[in-house]
Amino acid sequence: MSVLIIAESQNNTIRSASNEAVFYGKKVAESLGTTCAALVIGEASGAASLGKYGADKVLQVDTGGKGFDSQAYTQIIKQVAQQESASVIVLMHSSTGKSLAGRLAIAMDAGLLSGATALPQIDGSSMIVSKTVFSGKAIANYELTGDVKVISVMGNSLKPELIGEEKTPNSLTLDLPTFNTEVLGVKTQSGTVPLPEAELVVSAGRGMKGPENWGIIEELANELQATTACSRPVADIGWRPHHEHVGQTGVAIRPNLYIAIGISGAIQHLAGVNNSKVIVVINKDPEAPFFKAADYGICADLFDVVPKLTAALQKAK
Amino acid sequence: MKLLVCISKTPDTTAKISFKDDNTQFNGDGVNFILNPYDEWYALVRAIELKEQKGGTVTVINVGDSSNDIIIRKALAIGADEAVRVDQPAKSSIDTAKQIAEYAKSQSFDVIFLGKETIDYNGAEVGAMVAELLELPYVSFASNMDSSAEHFVLTRDIEGGVEEIKLNAPFVVSAAKGMAEQRIPNMRGIMMAKRKPLNVIPGIETSSHTGVKSFTLPAEKDGVKMIDPDNMDELVRLLKEEAKVL
Repeated sequence: MSVLIIAESQNNTIRSASNEAVFYGKKVAESLGTTCAALVIGEASGAASLGKYGADKVLQVDTGGKGFDSQAYTQIIKQVAQQESASVIVLMHSSTGKSLAGRLAIAMDAGLLSGATALPQIDGSSMIVSKTVFSGKAIANYELTGDVKVISVMGNSLKPELIGEEKTPNSLTLDLPTFNTEVLGVKTQSGTVPLPEAELVVSAGRGMKGPENWGIIEELANELQATTACSRPVADIGWRPHHEHVGQTGVAIRPNLYIAIGISGAIQHLAGVNNSKVIVVINKDPEAPFFKAADYGICADLFDVVPKLTAALQKAK
Repeated sequence: MKLLVCISKTPDTTAKISFKDDNTQFNGDGVNFILNPYDEWYALVRAIELKEQKGGTVTVINVGDSSNDIIIRKALAIGADEAVRVDQPAKSSIDTAKQIAEYAKSQSFDVIFLGKETIDYNGAEVGAMVAELLELPYVSFASNMDSSAEHFVLTRDIEGGVEEIKLNAPFVVSAAKGMAEQRIPNMRGIMMAKRKPLNVIPGIETSSHTGVKSFTLPAEKDGVKMIDPDNMDELVRLLKEEAKVL
């Protein structure tokens, strides 16, 4: 029995989001009284640092430079999981994790919980794991049975802590499966934390009146080192890029702090952000529905209050 | 091309959510159900576009009882050619995936489409499961499909960017925003949908190691604390000392 954690990489570097999966996996291993291994598929620098977040060992499989393919990766993970006698496989609930979790559940005849928001409770040979459902309006408590359990962890569910030492990766030799897809290229923005993983998010909507006014939003985001986001109408009319759109049809996020500026708070928007730990709403309309979902509210003209907030943050440094 | 679109029924986003049988079952009474938006707006429409480009048929499949026929007829009204309903209540994603795979394995579909996830459970599980059951490639969260050549190039949303993937049919793809533009069914489509075939087939026995034990409602928020717009120092203090997020 052991726990196998699937670490992710992008542009040949370990993604920092993997630290959370490793820390989660270590906690599961501790409660089962066993050890955990982090698996890195493909070339990736920074693999050794996974040990610092709790991986008892780091395993690496060379794919000969091939990119992500859910079918081939599933076969690789299955082989490693069997070698390691893994009873739990932990992934991030990310684009990669979501592509693999369902496949692994079939390939390994496993119980599956995708999008776990907390550590599992161990109940004999079964586990109880929770996730939010119905646009954050409820929590479902799942029971996973079977010899193998697959859990994908929602970002920002557990704060990873430095609890171990670097571990030199162990290269594994496996029978490589066929890759039926070819990754032609990956385009990512550098410099900012991707929205699904951001701890601080500053988001703005139609109250901004035009794209030329976004300077005050960017200044606030810079001051906080936050990631910027926007509401759907603003992305649809082209004021902001589509990848910034948070809400039901855009990206669903759960940062520690979500500051909503000039966004009324339609249910479809709330569905993508209402799991944020703390919500601050700035809106001049006292009837804006967003205030009902907020922890802190400021009913004022955003053009007046946003620069004041930025200044107050600067002063408090 | 033979195209299959897996469609699901979900509660409307605005639905009030409650549970019954000691909080172990979702209470569907009085809830307005809709065709899952990702299935309708992106997966189904892109499949119809592909058929319009290359010829062929678009079949939609749903697992559920006859109360689902209303959303199936909507998919037919938007432009699917025929429908299959596996006649049993939807139990779990694994059961749904096995029912779909059981039907699809004898049909040699070129592309199997689904929405990127359902808006109720957001698991994004069924597509990956169907692909594994049928031993097919699977590309998730596609926001663009270039079908101009013999092969396909899919653009897939990843954290902070996109990935471009080249592959050949057959494969399974889940569709995200950008894949297609929503189509509203017109009167002619609605009339024609009534005459299109909706085949009801029995389900197979399946097993699963996953089940919902109970539902709980999240803790109520304490209510909003309003801050004086002229005192942003107070907000910063609260975020640091009370909320502890800075």
